[in-house]
Amino acid sequence: MELDLTLIWAVLIATAVFLYVAMDGFDLGLGILFPAIRSKSDRDVMVNSVAPVWDGNETWLVLGGGGLFAAFPLAYATILPALYMPLILMLLALVFRGVAFEMRFRAATPRGQLWWDRAFSWGSFVAAFCQGIALGAFVQGIRVEGRAYTGGWWDWLTPFSLLTGIALVVGYGLLGACWLIWKTGGELQIRAYRLAKPLGLATLVGIAVVSATMLAISGPFRDRWLNLPGMLIGAPVPILVGLLAWRFAHALARREELSPFLCALGFFLLSYLGLGISMWPHIVPPSITIWQAATHPKSQAFLLYGAAILIPLVLTYTAYVYWLFRGKVTAGAGYH
Amino acid sequence: MSADLLPSALDLARAQFAFTVVWHFLFPAFTIGLASYLAVLEAFWLATDRDVYLDTYRYWLKIFAVAFAMGVVSGLVMSYQFGTNWSVFSDRTAPVLGPLLGYEVLTAFFLEAGFLGVMLFGLERVGRRLHFLATGLVAGGTLLSAFWILSANSWMQTPAGHVLDADGRFVPEDWWAVIFNPSFPYRFAHTVTAAYLTTAMIVGAVGAWHLLRDRANPRARLMFSMAMWMAALVAPVQLVLGDLHGGNTYHHQPAKVAAMEGHFESVARAPSILFGWPDAQARETKYEIGIPGLASLYLVHDLDAKVTGLNDLPRDTWPTNLPLVFWAFRVMVGLGLLMIALGGLSLYLRRKGQLYDEPWLHRFAVAMGPSGLIAVTAGWVVTEAGRQPFTVYGLLRTADSVSPIAAPAVAASLAAFAVVYFAVLGAGIWYLFHLFNQAPRPHEPGPSADQPVRTAGITAAPAVGAEPRLHPAE
Repeated sequence: MELDLTLIWAVLIATAVFLYVAMDGFDLGLGILFPAIRSKSDRDVMVNSVAPVWDGNETWLVLGGGGLFAAFPLAYATILPALYMPLILMLLALVFRGVAFEMRFRAATPRGQLWWDRAFSWGSFVAAFCQGIALGAFVQGIRVEGRAYTGGWWDWLTPFSLLTGIALVVGYGLLGACWLIWKTGGELQIRAYRLAKPLGLATLVGIAVVSATMLAISGPFRDRWLNLPGMLIGAPVPILVGLLAWRFAHALARREELSPFLCALGFFLLSYLGLGISMWPHIVPPSITIWQAATHPKSQAFLLYGAAILIPLVLTYTAYVYWLFRGKVTAGAGYH
Repeated sequence: MSADLLPSALDLARAQFAFTVVWHFLFPAFTIGLASYLAVLEAFWLATDRDVYLDTYRYWLKIFAVAFAMGVVSGLVMSYQFGTNWSVFSDRTAPVLGPLLGYEVLTAFFLEAGFLGVMLFGLERVGRRLHFLATGLVAGGTLLSAFWILSANSWMQTPAGHVLDADGRFVPEDWWAVIFNPSFPYRFAHTVTAAYLTTAMIVGAVGAWHLLRDRANPRARLMFSMAMWMAALVAPVQLVLGDLHGGNTYHHQPAKVAAMEGHFESVARAPSILFGWPDAQARETKYEIGIPGLASLYLVHDLDAKVTGLNDLPRDTWPTNLPLVFWAFRVMVGLGLLMIALGGLSLYLRRKGQLYDEPWLHRFAVAMGPSGLIAVTAGWVVTEAGRQPFTVYGLLRTADSVSPIAAPAVAASLAAFAVVYFAVLGAGIWYLFHLFNQAPRPHEPGPSADQPVRTAGITAAPAVGAEPRLHPAE
């Protein structure tokens, strides 16, 4: 059987985007939780818990953009102009947040500190919201003629995209709270447990409402999920979400430390798989498939040789860095 | 209002790209050299076990953390801007450029970001040797990043190893020829050397600043001395590399060199024009003052050689802004010559044993602090404005590369970038100056997050006699 390089690349890019969502999700989530956790020492612990890894987390977003350019240039060249405003706003928010990350510890005055905390929090919130909006607008479809985007520059703004924006903010907040349960102790951990419960519930409501809205507004989506054979492939997803929700509630009640975080990641993974099932085989819904958007086979092969060696290597040393900074983070005795 | 008074979507997209890339490159231009400098400092520390190296390392590590973070976030913007604003360019060039950028992310960005955490926070956790390895990997990552991105940029300047398919897309034929395209070795050598000099000018200026306050501070002496060695040895090398790069450009992009030189007529014994104003309408450089024959000498290495001028090249391949290219080139070369002068003076005073004792030298070095950043930016303007009106030289015009985005959207995003970059990156730079202004102290704390930032003045300087003599800088 001949290797379908396009399929391999689609899986690789999808994996990179998921790794980004999983990893930057919890560190954006920390910023989203800032309004709920106000003491300086708690906030210091929160930021310290991701200080050694956030650069690496954000690099997966660069791989998402760069990989899309390399492997599916037609998708890159149509999706990015279509989502121009939310993407630019997201990038600006990430600039804000990244600089605030370094600066909030170094502000000379409490007032300065407060401003950088606000920049960090708002930057995280806006970045997450814009990513959710971009996701919603993308799922709703992008108007393409020939090889170019032909829609307007406000097309991305719909009630549905606002809904997905809110849902993603809530979901990232949940990831952040569960990360804190795992990585901190004492008072802050108790706060995180209290936050995780309503956030978990809100995330599940978000998943349900977004799914129901998709069923209501999209014909192809209905066909995929409510007819055979799509129903057979898709059916396990909502069932697993339900089981995981039960496990999550259990984990919170029993004050488990790692499993709430794994359950939260599970919600994201299942939603992501559900999205994949809905879109397949399109990369620019509703019209362009992964094969139509794929770059030249020579380019696919040339980068794949390197990726086959480098991606496992990257994952290995990323895991090593996480392992190196394992354990609880406490005030004043972080990584110093 | 007449439509041609308003900037077009194309002009705005160009302005936005220029604005974001110039801001972005300020940080890597500094951190590429700084990462290598940190690796050298840590190597000396491991070899000699002397605190002065560790203290100086930690001093610059805090600065590196801030500059690197700003490089990451402003660079993230760049990786999306090709698609948002230059979608046609992206679609056509992706088969060639995509894998190069993909390799940059996979070989360089992950390496840098992954080991930066270890470098900043990991010394106690991993021990000295592994920590040195992490520093080395970050430094290596910055160089790999420069390798791939400059290969991609060079391919746009001197495209090779590809064919054009029916859709007007560039399809790779020979990867070796794509990556090592004709201008790449020259551009890579010239740019990395420029980054090293940029770092040397900043490190030297900070060292000199503290020597002006306390000429006995051994950490200030160390950084000043190392930076001045760099200026003395590498600035002249850069002149040679620049000349070779210019010769290569003359061969492949004669219109760019003609714009740099202000040459309109093709003449033998072409003059090197020192000052003047190239006027595209009049097809001549006005008010020119030049040295006859010099341009023939350094471009063709023959005093009598004929040098091609703009008038012998098609008008629609001329760079669109001739005075910009002309003057940016003079700024770059002028600053390069001043760096050579600084290096030479430092060498002279070092031989006399007065390197740390002449305040005028230190003031000169302080004044030269931003010279590397300005020169790098000017050089960037020369090469990028000089290859207009093309994105892929000779093959794809800038006007045919742009996204179908309405002018108001691009204008709004450009305004937002301007506000955010000046506010946020400006605050970051202000903070860098705050760090520069703090004297490097013994037992310099690392970039630990909850350490209060103490302002140490001259009074915090150590007892001078207790410090060992420096090595190898003295």
